[in-house]
Amino acid sequence: MNSTSPNAESVAHDAEPGFWRAYLFSTDHKRIAKQYLSVALFWAVMGGLTAYLMRWQLAYPDTEVPGWGFIAPDFYNMLVTMHGTIMVFFVAMPILLAAFGNFLIPLMIGARDMAFPRLNMLSFWVFALASLVLLTSLFVPGGAASAGWTGYPPLSAKPEYTGVTWGLNLWLLALALEFASFLMGGVNFLTTAINMRAPGMSFFRLPLLVWMELTAAVIFMLSVGPLIAGAVMLLMDRVVGTTFFLPEGGGEPLLWQHLFWFFGHPEVYVILLPGFGLILEIIPVFSRKPIFGYRPIIYSTIVAGALSFVVWAHHQFLSGMDPRLAMPFSITTIIISVPFALIVFAMIATLWRGSITFSTPMLFAMGTLSVFIFGGLTGIFNGSAPVDIYIHDTYFIVAHFHYTLFSAVFFAGFAGLTYWFPKMFGRMMNEQLGKLHFWLTFVFFNAVFIPMHVVGLGGMMRRISDPTQYEFLRPLQPLNQFITVAAILLLLSQLVFVVNFFRSLICGKVAERNPWQANTLEWRVPSPPPHENFDAIPVVYHGPYEYNSSEAAVDWLPQDRRVTTGAATR
Amino acid sequence: MAEIISGWFPENVSSFGGEIDALFRLILYVTGAWFILTEGLILFFLLRYRRREGRRAAYVAGDNLRQLAWILVPCLIVLLLDLWLDFRGAEVWAKIKGQVPPSDFHIQVTGKQFNWEILYPGPDKEFGTADDVLMENELHVPASRVVRVILKSKDVIHSFFLPNLRLKQDAVPGRAITAWFEATKPGKYPLPCAELCGFGHTGMNGWLFAHSPEDYAKWAKQQWP
Repeated sequence: MNSTSPNAESVAHDAEPGFWRAYLFSTDHKRIAKQYLSVALFWAVMGGLTAYLMRWQLAYPDTEVPGWGFIAPDFYNMLVTMHGTIMVFFVAMPILLAAFGNFLIPLMIGARDMAFPRLNMLSFWVFALASLVLLTSLFVPGGAASAGWTGYPPLSAKPEYTGVTWGLNLWLLALALEFASFLMGGVNFLTTAINMRAPGMSFFRLPLLVWMELTAAVIFMLSVGPLIAGAVMLLMDRVVGTTFFLPEGGGEPLLWQHLFWFFGHPEVYVILLPGFGLILEIIPVFSRKPIFGYRPIIYSTIVAGALSFVVWAHHQFLSGMDPRLAMPFSITTIIISVPFALIVFAMIATLWRGSITFSTPMLFAMGTLSVFIFGGLTGIFNGSAPVDIYIHDTYFIVAHFHYTLFSAVFFAGFAGLTYWFPKMFGRMMNEQLGKLHFWLTFVFFNAVFIPMHVVGLGGMMRRISDPTQYEFLRPLQPLNQFITVAAILLLLSQLVFVVNFFRSLICGKVAERNPWQANTLEWRVPSPPPHENFDAIPVVYHGPYEYNSSEAAVDWLPQDRRVTTGAATR
Repeated sequence: MAEIISGWFPENVSSFGGEIDALFRLILYVTGAWFILTEGLILFFLLRYRRREGRRAAYVAGDNLRQLAWILVPCLIVLLLDLWLDFRGAEVWAKIKGQVPPSDFHIQVTGKQFNWEILYPGPDKEFGTADDVLMENELHVPASRVVRVILKSKDVIHSFFLPNLRLKQDAVPGRAITAWFEATKPGKYPLPCAELCGFGHTGMNGWLFAHSPEDYAKWAKQQWP
């Protein structure tokens, strides 16, 4: 069978896909999206567990963690490392890029599947393998990787510095596999969105989510190469005795930092942009207005993507690199606020004179926006090199990036999940539980991370397991305990979502095609969409956000509905 | 307001710390204004334009320059403020990290898992001579004098952090990195490691003793009688 022809392939299998074909080795983009989602939700639970253990230790050092036991310092380092690795690579990327991108790109552009369905399946299975390797690394003798999610050598380059042997090797292997998986996914996203658009779906009629996923995929593919090389070099330093990053053999520890952050900072936007994409779909629907400034948002996204390649060294102001380099990077870092400010202003302007419904997805979208603004603004402090001298490696940084990433991954992720749940699973989620979940999450999130800025300004360093060992941090201990209590409540609040998710899956109200009266093409097919998505490939006549257009009698105008009166050129 | 903000920080006893704190406050005022403006607008729009029976949303696509001015002008203001903060920052950075002021007081600090090794050159002011003194985790300096620190590491990356002096600088194996500070007030200040350096990272903590000139002379006399 020809893998470039999903149409022919599925005709043969559509009639009676066996269990293996339908559930495990499916090439259906919707099934693959759900596979990614399931694995990512498993990792989200693990990420939450690591957060719980760390927070308990920080608030009540060297006491037994309820349900776990004591936490030794080296185990704490493993928790720090795994929390970052899991949340960034095994939760954020699989949910925002792989799950939503896979599910929505073909549906939104009017395609029957991805351009390369088999490659898509392979990318998931490579990701599953990466997950398995990471999981294994937690249980090997010597323990899991403990050099931080950034894995700075020499600490990560020689087993005797951490005492971790195969845990760290497997961690590197898991990352390399994960990158390979997302490279395949990126190729697929790009090819699909360029070649498989339905007739009339010009680039400037694409929903913004598709633009965001594409930009993210391009940023990822262009930035990850150096890190893959770096990961191989680090693995060689560890197992075959090379000294790429070890000064005693003429190597250079800072080289790793450049390779890591050349990828690591664009990676932030790889996560942020799809998160923005999700809420950019949701805000117009629940404001019943077109998104304000569709094209400027796209241009801003591209500018932000390009700028993201020249900001990386703001992670290294104090690394020992030439201090003269700090200023150019400080300037680019602070300037990147402009394209993001434009996107934020455009979202706010979309609300103006709208007709706003506070559904669960809209609440989470507003949560994303308001929380992101806070995180974006605190980024200015970090980007300012002199201020960074003091706040670098403190909890101020930790608080800052949780404001940006938690908003993109969890607030936007929940917005997306509650919005597309009817399309994914054919049932509606419960609104009361959804709203309860939003308010609990919103309140406890802020209760955790606002005080964390204050702890950081007090000087508390990241990645220490016991603040009470430092005299100057002891006055901050009540605040640390407050944060921990709030964090536990934040984690417990997620149970509301779990209950709502499974309850709705089993006995939620059956969803119609288009419960939100939205315009984009995924709402024109049954919920859930059949294999192959569309009976006939739709023809697109409008942009994605024609709400309350004078051309239509109702306040929405699907992209594929032709209006007979007058020219519908939008 | 300024007092509340200073209350978040450890006491500043650095000759340049005031400038970092002032820059922090400046950024806080600028970003604080944007925070109130944007979040306030969101809240106002959400309440003012919530769905009501019989009222339809306006069709405003922001597809012409006249409408887009509403977001482009604020973006321009953001850009100008960014540049202002950048140039204010550049001045402060140049002062602290750009060049090390002349100093006749040199100290070599070497990070190792999990202590600071502090090497004093002794009266001859030369490292590697017989009168060098090595101490662990105790950095004795005179206050009100520029101290030049040569930072090294024996194993992994550490970070030399003096919260009260608003100074942080990584110590990287294979490099000798110069940093400097000037304590404006005698006292005993913490000197933790701020970069994850292994299982003993927590608790890698030294002390800076900034002595008054008389006390320093007394201390030096004990070391080099």
